[in-house]
Amino acid sequence: MNARDRILGKLKQSLAGTTPIADDYDDALLTAPWSYPAEHRVTRLCNLLQAVHGETVLTTAAEWPARVSEALASRGIDELLISPATAHGQQFAGYLALNGLVTRLKAYDRPVEQWKDELFFSTPASLTGTLGGIAATGSLVVWPTPAEPRLMSLVPPLHIALLKASEVVDNLYQIMQTQRWAERLPTNALLISGPSKTADIQQTLAYGAHGPKELIVMVLQDA
Amino acid sequence: MSAHADTPAIPISFKRRAHDAVHDAQLRKNFRGAMDFLMAKRAAQFPDGDELERLRAFGNRVRARALSKLPDLLQRLEANLTRNGVKVHWAETVDEANAIVHQIVAAHEAKQVIKGKSMVSEEMEMNHYLEGHGVDCLESDMGEFIVQLGNEKPSHIIMPAIHLNAGQVASLFHDKLEVDYTEDVDRLIQIGRETLRRKFFEADIGVSGVNFAIAETGSLLLVENEGNGRMSTTVPPVHIAVTGIEKVVENLRDVVPLLSLLTRSATGQPITTYVNVISGPRKADELDGPQEVHLVLLDNGRSQAFADSELRQTLNCIRCGACMNHCPVYTRIGGHAYGTVYPGPIGKIVTPHMLGLEATRDLPSASSLCGACGEVCPVKIPIPAILRRLREENVRPPAAEPHHMRGQGSKYSRRERYAWKAWRTLNTSPRLYRLFGLAATRLSGLIPADIGPWTEHRSAPKPATRTLHELARDHLGED
Repeated sequence: MNARDRILGKLKQSLAGTTPIADDYDDALLTAPWSYPAEHRVTRLCNLLQAVHGETVLTTAAEWPARVSEALASRGIDELLISPATAHGQQFAGYLALNGLVTRLKAYDRPVEQWKDELFFSTPASLTGTLGGIAATGSLVVWPTPAEPRLMSLVPPLHIALLKASEVVDNLYQIMQTQRWAERLPTNALLISGPSKTADIQQTLAYGAHGPKELIVMVLQDA
Repeated sequence: MSAHADTPAIPISFKRRAHDAVHDAQLRKNFRGAMDFLMAKRAAQFPDGDELERLRAFGNRVRARALSKLPDLLQRLEANLTRNGVKVHWAETVDEANAIVHQIVAAHEAKQVIKGKSMVSEEMEMNHYLEGHGVDCLESDMGEFIVQLGNEKPSHIIMPAIHLNAGQVASLFHDKLEVDYTEDVDRLIQIGRETLRRKFFEADIGVSGVNFAIAETGSLLLVENEGNGRMSTTVPPVHIAVTGIEKVVENLRDVVPLLSLLTRSATGQPITTYVNVISGPRKADELDGPQEVHLVLLDNGRSQAFADSELRQTLNCIRCGACMNHCPVYTRIGGHAYGTVYPGPIGKIVTPHMLGLEATRDLPSASSLCGACGEVCPVKIPIPAILRRLREENVRPPAAEPHHMRGQGSKYSRRERYAWKAWRTLNTSPRLYRLFGLAATRLSGLIPADIGPWTEHRSAPKPATRTLHELARDHLGED
């Protein structure tokens, strides 16, 4: 007998003659207190993100590249990690070309092992899409993909995320059910609710612990 | 578990450490401030008492349901993780768990391990074990990093360095990292960030804990604020997650109520900055993430708690730390006084299963049974009732059946048994009782001034000159 069989054997013996407890899942308790009128959802999400030092920008599907450009310029950043394989990556590249801007676009187009140093030490900003937002907790749903890998939303000090206002839902339970997460979870699924932070020294909140120091959420109000 | 020079020995000297801690003014101040802060933060997250009570009941049912089919769920978890490409290992003891980790480390000829926060790895004393095998183990959670730098142990399960103030961290960084002395917390955190950043990608292996293991999908869910957990589980080529066998939940949706209870109870946040759900190693077309993911499932006494339906509730725990934040004893003596990996109320009821009552005999009594821990527990573990139960197990005759716990009867004393037997006889026999009353009042002068622990802090009791019965009879005019 190995450890597995011994552990399972002990547990089974302890349960002998008992019946498993039935699933009386109470979804109303996870939805009713966390439901909002449609027009309040984005406001609540923005307020919660701002409360944890997230920046939110209300913009449109046409205007956001200009807002991103301004955000970068105001921080003196002249390069951005963005995927050319996504619609938003192409839109942003088109915007730069049209306006003769010189922001250098970097793609995460090879395995991390081949450019760790550059990713960690000379990639000041990244831009990714999201799968939606959660008004109850001020969270972004991010499922990394081959085009926008896991570290893209973690390593650069500034992370910019695009969020369609129409994809902001009330609560986690709702989005988990409507997007059928249980059937199709990716390798890594994330909820991101602000820039990286810690209160490990004397309960004093400090931002930029190990992940992004800044998170800017571009809310596309007409998308 | 062996005792090392740099780790607290088994908590036999709890009383001495507690005594020292209550006389450490700085420590008292640090803990008082931190606990007040955490209690206020939690309270602000639960403005609606009705919602809180219903959610606690819900959380309790989700955990109880998972435990009611634990062996099935563990097998389902294993099958789904395996299908997802995660290798699952089982360990009955911490030695076995360390050996498994070491095997993986050795297979990769790894020299550096970076760790996200994991209490189970503390239980295993994994850092110490791997260092003994020439492997560097670096903590990356800021609190854990500070504690490791000071060659200490965590004093709280959520905020490991809660016993230190900014000035103490400043001195530590100044001494160990040779940076300029600064008490500016932002600057201190940036020093930590810079020090650890390179370590994340130099490391050969990343180690993490698990908050919830989801049987339905074969996923490991981790919550954190710093991003070090995501780093540790994404950057190194190998990720090893270690967790207790009780951490499994049945379905993905079961984490929704538990997650809400966990983050609101622990740090008073509606949600942590990151909720990280890992369901497998890097796929062929993916550009980052570990090539290998391992899960080590550790028993270490949990199956003993599981065997008894009352003690089983100990395993409901989601490790939020609210019980310690609200505990008047923990607040006054701090986390180190317990000498165990898990301090505070939850530590008092979980550690006896890990180390045996013989090594933890004082812990069940280190409580005023005020009930605060049970009242705030998000999954409704009846901690005070379990403490009373452990006190009972502590004094049952060592050989009495049924034998529920390792170390049963560690405080059993024949003299105490006889004393209580005598007390019972005295109080159930009216004639004897009257005789005793007369003797106690008429011979009160014979009571010595020094009666052991009683007179250490008080004067010796002085019986009245006449018994209550006599006084009552007088009062009623009877003879």
